Amino acid sequence: MTETWRKLSKSTRINTITVGIIILIYVLCQIMISAGMMSYLMKGLLMQFCYYGILAVSLNLTVGILGELSLGHAGFMCIGAFTSAFFSKYMVDIIKNTFLRFSLAIIIGAVSAAVFGVIIGVVVLRVRGDYLAIVTLAFGEIVKNVINALHIGFDSRGFHIALEAGKLELLEGGRMIIDGSQGIIGTPRDSTFTIGVIFLILTYIIIANLINSRSGRAIMAIRDNRIAAESVGIDITKFKILAFTISATLAGVAGVIYSHNITTLESSKFGYNMSIMILVFVVLGGIGNIRGSMIAAVILTLLPEYLRFLKNYRMLIYAVVLIVMMIFNWSPACINWRKEHSIKGAVCRLTKKISKTKKEA
Amino acid sequence: MDMLTVKNLGISFGGLHAVDSFNITIKKGELYGLIGPNGAGKTTVFNLLTGVYKPDVGQIFLEGENITGFSTIEINKAGIARTFQNIRLFKNMSVLDNVKCGLHNRYRYSTLSGIFRLPSYFKTEKIMNEQAYEILEVFGLEDEANTLSSNLPYGKQRKLEIARALATNPKLLLLDEPAAGMNPAETEELMSTISLIRKQYGVTILLIEHDMKLVAGICEKIFVLNFGIELANGLPQDVLNNPEVIKAYLGE
Repeated sequence: MTETWRKLSKSTRINTITVGIIILIYVLCQIMISAGMMSYLMKGLLMQFCYYGILAVSLNLTVGILGELSLGHAGFMCIGAFTSAFFSKYMVDIIKNTFLRFSLAIIIGAVSAAVFGVIIGVVVLRVRGDYLAIVTLAFGEIVKNVINALHIGFDSRGFHIALEAGKLELLEGGRMIIDGSQGIIGTPRDSTFTIGVIFLILTYIIIANLINSRSGRAIMAIRDNRIAAESVGIDITKFKILAFTISATLAGVAGVIYSHNITTLESSKFGYNMSIMILVFVVLGGIGNIRGSMIAAVILTLLPEYLRFLKNYRMLIYAVVLIVMMIFNWSPACINWRKEHSIKGAVCRLTKKISKTKKEA
Repeated sequence: MDMLTVKNLGISFGGLHAVDSFNITIKKGELYGLIGPNGAGKTTVFNLLTGVYKPDVGQIFLEGENITGFSTIEINKAGIARTFQNIRLFKNMSVLDNVKCGLHNRYRYSTLSGIFRLPSYFKTEKIMNEQAYEILEVFGLEDEANTLSSNLPYGKQRKLEIARALATNPKLLLLDEPAAGMNPAETEELMSTISLIRKQYGVTILLIEHDMKLVAGICEKIFVLNFGIELANGLPQDVLNNPEVIKAYLGE
């Protein structure tokens, strides 16, 4: 057993441990829920950990691995959420099997987000840095506002689409699916914590394996030096679009999980603020560090909930805590301090001391 | 047999003729030196040969195939690899991964088999690792395979860049000032490495260099460029004793 473990590459071992820890936490949560030890608030947060985790990990592919700043990640999530919720609400009476319906919803959400990922990816290839940030920001806002104005319903004559309320003119017995700023109400609640965790693990494995493969190396080569990457024959266009599309697809999946866990799906939720929040997860967790993204997503989802007792000062203190965390995580002085005071370092020093005294003896 | 034939190549930036009617023929297996004072247009010639710039006039043939106007990627696939004057490594990747990036187009498997770890992933990665280590051993970098490439000392970074270019299996290797910033001992070592890779891989080399000891020591032919125009071309002893060349380098 230990023999085969040692034979595995370092990255495989780290990934196995990470997946193991996620499963362990999942089992602990399930035990706590069945024992009735989990508060109502925490139960609600468990789902958020999953989809924010997926979003943070997938955005890290664009920001950390491809090295391009994207401020429109919530836009892809929005597309995934609305297309899949639309499908599920329409199909709720037609496909009775929850598993089949939700599987199809995931595929539809992922594919439509991927299509937009390719489209935006092609546009995005022409701009870099600050300009890319602006383009993606605009994309996110456009998606949000278009869906905000969209009214779709159907009756015996088929589907009706309008940009203004009241212009749909549905016949008797017709049903509204997307109702403008009120969004989609009553999506079947098909996604559960278990499904969320499965997709979180899947996302982690996809990104971690991608990094340690030929395509992942090509993507990182483009990040590190575009001109040199071209000189060794790496197709910049192809791999940039690939990275962007995978990132968008996974955000779409997060959207599907999100939309099938709430009663009212509103597009106003997927604004600039959410994109920035996901980016904060990535930056705080460490750019290019996918495990860090997940940890940051969990901590920063918990934090505002536990700061509720501060009432009006909540977001102020939240911001201060963010800054303190950032300094503690990334300032060189703090990194040195952590190294000196870490458990691992203490153990190392202790063993050194013991071997020294043994030698002297 | 001719490896590279360049006919009447030229490019202008605004009113400046950076390279003008550049003609060169490099035979298979030859080691050619390209020298000239600062701003003579040496790196511009490299950028033209590798498709970074598109020439205004002229044609480039690699083993008889016309590669004029090809993109950088197509030119690399056709068989020209290069290094850069200011080192351009993939800084946040390991030494091994840098070389494996060079192997990118030689050993392929799909993105999906990479993500889902299908058998082709393991099979191809194994071959890639073997190949990469083989190249690293030639350069004496095998012990640093897992080091971050930006943590290598300067001389080894230069070597790694050559290793990465060589990993693409080029017919023609372009080295842009490989000895720049190296001390005499490192330069000496580089010279023997260059001889070794010529023997082992049978690659044709065109190199830009200011270190005359290196140029005179290993180049079989030398081309002198000044203000984008050919000044001299031929055997080292003839070229380096040419009064025109001495004048261009040292002034009157």
